Amino acid sequence: MPRHPFHDVALVGAYHTRQAKVLAGVRELDVVLDAIRGALAAANLTPADVDGLNVRSSVWRLNPREAAAWLGGRPIWTGVSLGIEGVIEAALAIASGQCETVVIADAQAGEYTDRDSTSPWTRPTNEFVACWGLYTAAEFALIARRHMHLYGTKPEALAEVAATIRNHGARHPDAVFHGRHVTPQDVLASRMVADPYHLLDCAINSEGGAGLVLTTARRAADLGVTPIYLLGGAIERQGMAYVTAPVWDRYGASGRRAAQRAFAQCGLGPADVDVCELYDPFSFELIRQLETFGFCKEGEGGDFVMNGRIAIDGECPLVTNGGLLSFSHPGTAQLLQKVTSSVLQLQGAYPAELTVPGATVAITSNGGAGALFCDVMLLGREPA
Amino acid sequence: MSAGAGIPLPRPSELSQPHWDGCRDGVLRFQRCRDCGTAVFIPQPVCTGCFGDGLEWMASSGRGIVYSYTVVHRPQRPVFAVPYTVVIALLEEGWYMLSNLVECDPADVAIGMPIEVVFRKMSEEITLPYFRPVRG
Repeated sequence: MPRHPFHDVALVGAYHTRQAKVLAGVRELDVVLDAIRGALAAANLTPADVDGLNVRSSVWRLNPREAAAWLGGRPIWTGVSLGIEGVIEAALAIASGQCETVVIADAQAGEYTDRDSTSPWTRPTNEFVACWGLYTAAEFALIARRHMHLYGTKPEALAEVAATIRNHGARHPDAVFHGRHVTPQDVLASRMVADPYHLLDCAINSEGGAGLVLTTARRAADLGVTPIYLLGGAIERQGMAYVTAPVWDRYGASGRRAAQRAFAQCGLGPADVDVCELYDPFSFELIRQLETFGFCKEGEGGDFVMNGRIAIDGECPLVTNGGLLSFSHPGTAQLLQKVTSSVLQLQGAYPAELTVPGATVAITSNGGAGALFCDVMLLGREPA
Repeated sequence: MSAGAGIPLPRPSELSQPHWDGCRDGVLRFQRCRDCGTAVFIPQPVCTGCFGDGLEWMASSGRGIVYSYTVVHRPQRPVFAVPYTVVIALLEEGWYMLSNLVECDPADVAIGMPIEVVFRKMSEEITLPYFRPVRG
């Protein structure tokens, strides 16, 4: 079997800028620059080494080609996609010889100003959605409610997920909600947002950025860093997000095909995964992804997440830095943050109490059933 | 209830205009493929079942069930009065649409509940298709 092109690519630098509810007095472009420099420093590389980039920001609407000029026009390749899709795009550019070293960065500061409304990236404008008062939490709630109806999934299971992830973030000094420990009872007692989602079932709003450097596996070996290898990845899109009803029967298994393809690319399966840095916009979405990706059977996710299984020392450690529920949710940079978080966990860069002992394989994801897309990526400390 | 003034109203497209014209006339319209029978909503330029050109606008009975729901307490914008109930309606013809459930206490909503469309005129151009429980 020919070698998969992803397997010639390594992720060699991952970095999170300072994250905060509001980065007061900070220019978004400076956050982007920090993300670029931080990721390059983590990779032991300099701007002169970069010949490809995908750098963007939310409010300034920074275009990657605009950022290419910051590097004197030396980069010849620019990407356009976000998050996992952007990492796949960059990996394919490297594997196909279009460039050798790519820096990806994304940041957001100052986007959420109208606090009487939900955050701007959650508010749809579509003619079949906006007039019904929908926004992201409500879209994902419609998926969760159907699953609860079909399988008897309990609010206590959702609360267990939210509390576990939030308590991981509470122990990460860089998390926006550092020190904010909660119990499942706290989650259930928090105010209702969109039934069955309470406030603490939902991602936070915050500002910050993330940066990532990819290069060839060959070059990665000489950098003096811990390379993390791209084992597999696939995107899955079933239509535009937030324009049509999020029907469980149609979209409940969103990401299954992507996960199957990603696993097939490296000959691994769920049993080989040591840590799950899954996309965590809302508590139930984790239960759904664990089912969809094959960690448990459909309908059994509510029981699966109980009794410590998703804790750092459990068999399925879940979102080990607190993720979108506690670490940060900075605009579209939160999509890239899932990959950077996975790299940092596998590199052993987290506080000891959040480091999964001996973890060599991580799965990460972007999106969810409520958004009609779910992308999957597998990363490893060892080459495929 | 959320049928208040100032909520963001639809701006029909060339694809969706027949649906909104129907609402204005008190008819809930969806598309069905004359070739493969697939019921299609939201409006599309091509059949999502067979990719053919057989889509025709049809009148729905306006009756169906609650497929899923969420009672919203934190409004999208302040103009939406809380709590309001968002539903996915599964219509008798086998298609789904998002709407709000009205004339129903949020505590009484249940999946499978029989519902029917009720039109509310929002402007000269736009009438919105809400749903309410079918009175037994």
